[in-house]
Amino acid sequence: MTSAAPLLTVGGLNAWYGEGHALHGVDLEVFSGETVTLLGRNGVGKTTTLRAIMGLIRKRTGRIAFDGKDLMRLPLHRTAHQGIGFVPEERGIFATLTVDENLLLPPVVAEGGMSVEEIFDLFPNLKERRNSPGTRLSGGEQQMLAIARMLRTGVKMLLLDEPTEGLAPVIVQRIGALLATLKKRGMTILLVEQNFRFASRVADRFYLMEHGKVVAGFPVGELPDRMTQLHEVLGV
Amino acid sequence: MTMIFGIPVQAFLGQLLVGLINGSFYAMLSLGLAVIFGLLRVINFAHGAQYMLGAFVGYLLLTHLGIGYWPALILAPLIVGVFGIVIERLALSRLYELDPLYGLLFTFGLALVLEGIFRYYYGVSGNPYAVPPLLAGGTNLGFMLLPNYRGWVVVASLIVCFGTWALIEKTRLGSYLRAATENPRLVQAFGVNVPLLLTLTYGLGSALAGLAGILAAPIYQVSPLMGSDLIIVVFAVVVVGGMGSILGAIVTGYMLGLAEGLTKVFYPEASNLVVFVIMAIVLLVRPAGLFGRDA
Repeated sequence: MTSAAPLLTVGGLNAWYGEGHALHGVDLEVFSGETVTLLGRNGVGKTTTLRAIMGLIRKRTGRIAFDGKDLMRLPLHRTAHQGIGFVPEERGIFATLTVDENLLLPPVVAEGGMSVEEIFDLFPNLKERRNSPGTRLSGGEQQMLAIARMLRTGVKMLLLDEPTEGLAPVIVQRIGALLATLKKRGMTILLVEQNFRFASRVADRFYLMEHGKVVAGFPVGELPDRMTQLHEVLGV
Repeated sequence: MTMIFGIPVQAFLGQLLVGLINGSFYAMLSLGLAVIFGLLRVINFAHGAQYMLGAFVGYLLLTHLGIGYWPALILAPLIVGVFGIVIERLALSRLYELDPLYGLLFTFGLALVLEGIFRYYYGVSGNPYAVPPLLAGGTNLGFMLLPNYRGWVVVASLIVCFGTWALIEKTRLGSYLRAATENPRLVQAFGVNVPLLLTLTYGLGSALAGLAGILAAPIYQVSPLMGSDLIIVVFAVVVVGGMGSILGAIVTGYMLGLAEGLTKVFYPEASNLVVFVIMAIVLLVRPAGLFGRDA
């Protein structure tokens, strides 16, 4: 799976919220087709890392390259067009838009995305409720919609921020199955996840973050040997 | 003579028609304000001046270039819309990151400057603008004589209001607009050029004001102060309807126009006040406005 150059390279990334220095030199790489999970306690900068990669945080220094292109210079609305889809922690479903409109909102950025029919095959619940306001959906359905609307756009990589947060175990399982399906289709995923058991099932590799930095990176195979360290850092 | 509540039916319907005409302008203007406020979070105090500008563009096209009403009906909103786009690019777009008060103060200043310029060259007395020949005269409805032009204004404003509503509620562009009203950063992160959307929205809002202006030219006179006379009532309409609500702006515009007309029949002294009395009551009972979502 490790092709020559990583799809996403982040080097020495610093980011600020106003005066607050949130990231202190994050380094990570994600290769095409991989699912990589950022682990770490609350407030260590996992969400900030995703938002800085996406360009939602403008006060940032360092290097972010995607598919050989420098993302640092792009205005916010050009980042998605390089092939990155963002699924925010709060899901970002629009209340004044129907399910259909929410699904069709993100512009198609490349060929090879799913058709609306394929998406509805994958998410039959959404089809049934396509004319309801987006926020009338249950939490799980909203999460499905937040992911589903990115699949239409033809992006190569998804940035998923805590997709299982606050969801019932049965829904978490369905999201796990969905990520496996996406992986089979060749989707590259960078995941932020508090649910360690969920993350350990879906990820190929992990990065562990502390104090706005990546402190360790290891493949899923090393997980058993790392449990002591993870216990210390995460308290799992 | 037929009477309604002790009032001759002609007088009653006549005032109702005046109310409907005024309501048409309230609706078109508050609609533009609502569209701009919804997305840009700018209270566009220049809206009245842009309405005045629309009327003056029509007047100047006629007096200087001999271009008549019908072409002006297209050109005036277009020119005012482009003017709005330039203003947004040059100035307003630089104020978004600041406190909303800056946008308000800027547009307020812009309105004063525009009115000042036109007052300098054209004075405060109005300039007449003739009703286009096609719409001259009136139609006898049996119970009253309806001036054709006024009938046209009501129809035109209904078309404009419905068209704008459909654009926002029923099209892809409209869904971008609604989504960006809720969460502009996320919509931009999805790859939509939100800065461009803001520019076009301000242009659209300005064009709506310009269109209302050219429609108003044959009814009211073309005067530098025509905008500031109207804009205060229009702001009351927006407050009653609920800030940023498209449907609210339209319905409330017509409703308050009619309420004004009715008051003129029964208690003429209060007709200028009634809009503000309604505003005060609505603010007491439902501070978010009749159609506003509670924050």
